[in-house]
Amino acid sequence: MRILLTVFIKEIVDNLRDRRTLASALIMGPLFGPMLFAFVINLSIERSLSTGDETLDLPVIGQQHAPNLMRYLESNNIRVVDGPVDRDAAVAAVKAGTHDVVVLVTEDFGAQLRDGSPAKIEVFADHANSQAERDARRAQRALSGYSRELASMRLVARGVSPLVMRPINIDAVDVSTPSGRSAIMLGMMSYFFIFAVLMGGMYLAIDSTAGERERGSLEPLLALPVTRDQLMLGKIAATCVFMAVSLLLSLCSFYVALKFMPLQELGMTPNFGPAVVIAAFFVLAPFILLGASLMTLVASFTKSYKEAQTWLSVVLVAPTLPIMIVSILTLRPQIEFMFVPSLSQHLLLVDMIKNEPVNMLHVAISVSSTLAIGTILSWICARLYRREGLLG
Amino acid sequence: MIVVNDIHKSFGKVRAVRGVSFDAPDGKITGLLGPNGAGKSTTLRVLYTVLKPDQGSAKIDGIDVVGDALKARKRIGALPHGAGLYPHLTARENIAYYATLCGIEKSRVESRVESIVDLLEIADFADRRTKGFSQGQRTKVALARALVHDPQNIILDEPSNGLDVMATRSLRKLILRLKDDGRCILFSSHVMQEVAALCDDIVIISNGMVAIDDSADGIRKRTGCDDLEDAFVAAIETVEAD
Repeated sequence: MRILLTVFIKEIVDNLRDRRTLASALIMGPLFGPMLFAFVINLSIERSLSTGDETLDLPVIGQQHAPNLMRYLESNNIRVVDGPVDRDAAVAAVKAGTHDVVVLVTEDFGAQLRDGSPAKIEVFADHANSQAERDARRAQRALSGYSRELASMRLVARGVSPLVMRPINIDAVDVSTPSGRSAIMLGMMSYFFIFAVLMGGMYLAIDSTAGERERGSLEPLLALPVTRDQLMLGKIAATCVFMAVSLLLSLCSFYVALKFMPLQELGMTPNFGPAVVIAAFFVLAPFILLGASLMTLVASFTKSYKEAQTWLSVVLVAPTLPIMIVSILTLRPQIEFMFVPSLSQHLLLVDMIKNEPVNMLHVAISVSSTLAIGTILSWICARLYRREGLLG
Repeated sequence: MIVVNDIHKSFGKVRAVRGVSFDAPDGKITGLLGPNGAGKSTTLRVLYTVLKPDQGSAKIDGIDVVGDALKARKRIGALPHGAGLYPHLTARENIAYYATLCGIEKSRVESRVESIVDLLEIADFADRRTKGFSQGQRTKVALARALVHDPQNIILDEPSNGLDVMATRSLRKLILRLKDDGRCILFSSHVMQEVAALCDDIVIISNGMVAIDDSADGIRKRTGCDDLEDAFVAAIETVEAD
């Protein structure tokens, strides 16, 4: 135990003096995640809030053929502007991206309306471009609005109530709560926490294995009258502490960052108060042991610092896999998922943010299975240090 | 006292050591001499227990290096080839780390480190972080670290590699002092003159086997060469001819 403690303290001191380790543990993980997250969220909020009330400049060819329609568009916050000269020019302009959407009113528009035959309007847009797609949808909505208005007027002129056109009145009721809505967006937060955990210990895991070998300090260490299990466990314990600090910092920085995000404007109020911060720490804490031993294990197999870095960046991404698969397949949380590390932490965290009651059985399974896998991995690490091939 | 009895060690198809035997008695300096790749480092690594021999055995003060590695390590101070330090720790912290790991009581660590710092005359730079140390400074600190638990047997793998004249001289002085203490010193080198100047016994290894095991004079006599370097070459050639 004394050996373990000695190794532990030495690794902590050694790495506290290493700027790179410190930067990745205390800055990269905890600050980079929330900052990136806040930036992306703010950007998407700004965009989704702005498009509704901004005036859309819509180039229309053949405005003179449909003056009433033009007035209707203007009243719908769409400013009609002069566009390309003809159909070919319109297609070219949309393709080239000079205009997102172009509307073409044919010469026969007026005559067709008078005859009561469907009058033709073309809308050109590149649907592969999300901004253009949004504008095109807005233009189309306005045009169909005009179409419906004309239809009602025709019915009234024939003495029929326009209500015959609406046999069903559809009313969609959204039952989601503001906390629930925020879970969709904040679901990705859990990955940032897992990332912060792994990032916090990454350089320590490399330094204590591949780094130690590269420096040539591993061989004399192994020649000391100390069992290798103790060396290994001391190193893993030090990695765990760095990871825990990184996690705690990132939870706190998220707590602060959320205050600066205008989520309420999107009708979201994430349940992420101090109590949830503390609960989240304990739900995520078992992942620390797993992360530390996994990173140490992978780094032990590598021959150099560089190689270890390469492999560990793969490990950084790996925990997203189960989260992504489940969210792409939109699977409902099941008890089986609680056996999967990273996924179980993600699901529990989402429940907390949604302010839904957390199933204690789920917590128990998540904690014990993640801890069990972490313990097995640490044991493998210790076994690995008994191999002589370790010296490389 | 180190007794090596017919050890073999292969790495895959490469037979690095194929039947090395020799004794390194207490109070004597034994030199392991051989060209690069002769199997010197592999032999020493078996002795300081980071490698297990495929065949044969070795005993440190009567303790088997395979059967009771932990106990054997207590009696060995090892300086592996190119041994590295922790760059963010000071020289003193590097030494103290090993002292604590070797089981020296907390209250005694400081005084023990102090005495080893004096012994190796490294007080000038003992409180600096080892990042940026010269090769000579690094070797001295690594040696201090290896000696901190006061081992009876000292195994040094090419300790003079990369050292300048002054550093080599002070290393030599230290080795002689340890010998006078009655310790068993085993060190490897590929430099004939160095081995000849220091060693009581010389074990010449070539191709993973012992070519000759004798004193410097004995080697001269047996090979019929007056010049030790010629004797070294002659001894190696007898093995390679087999």
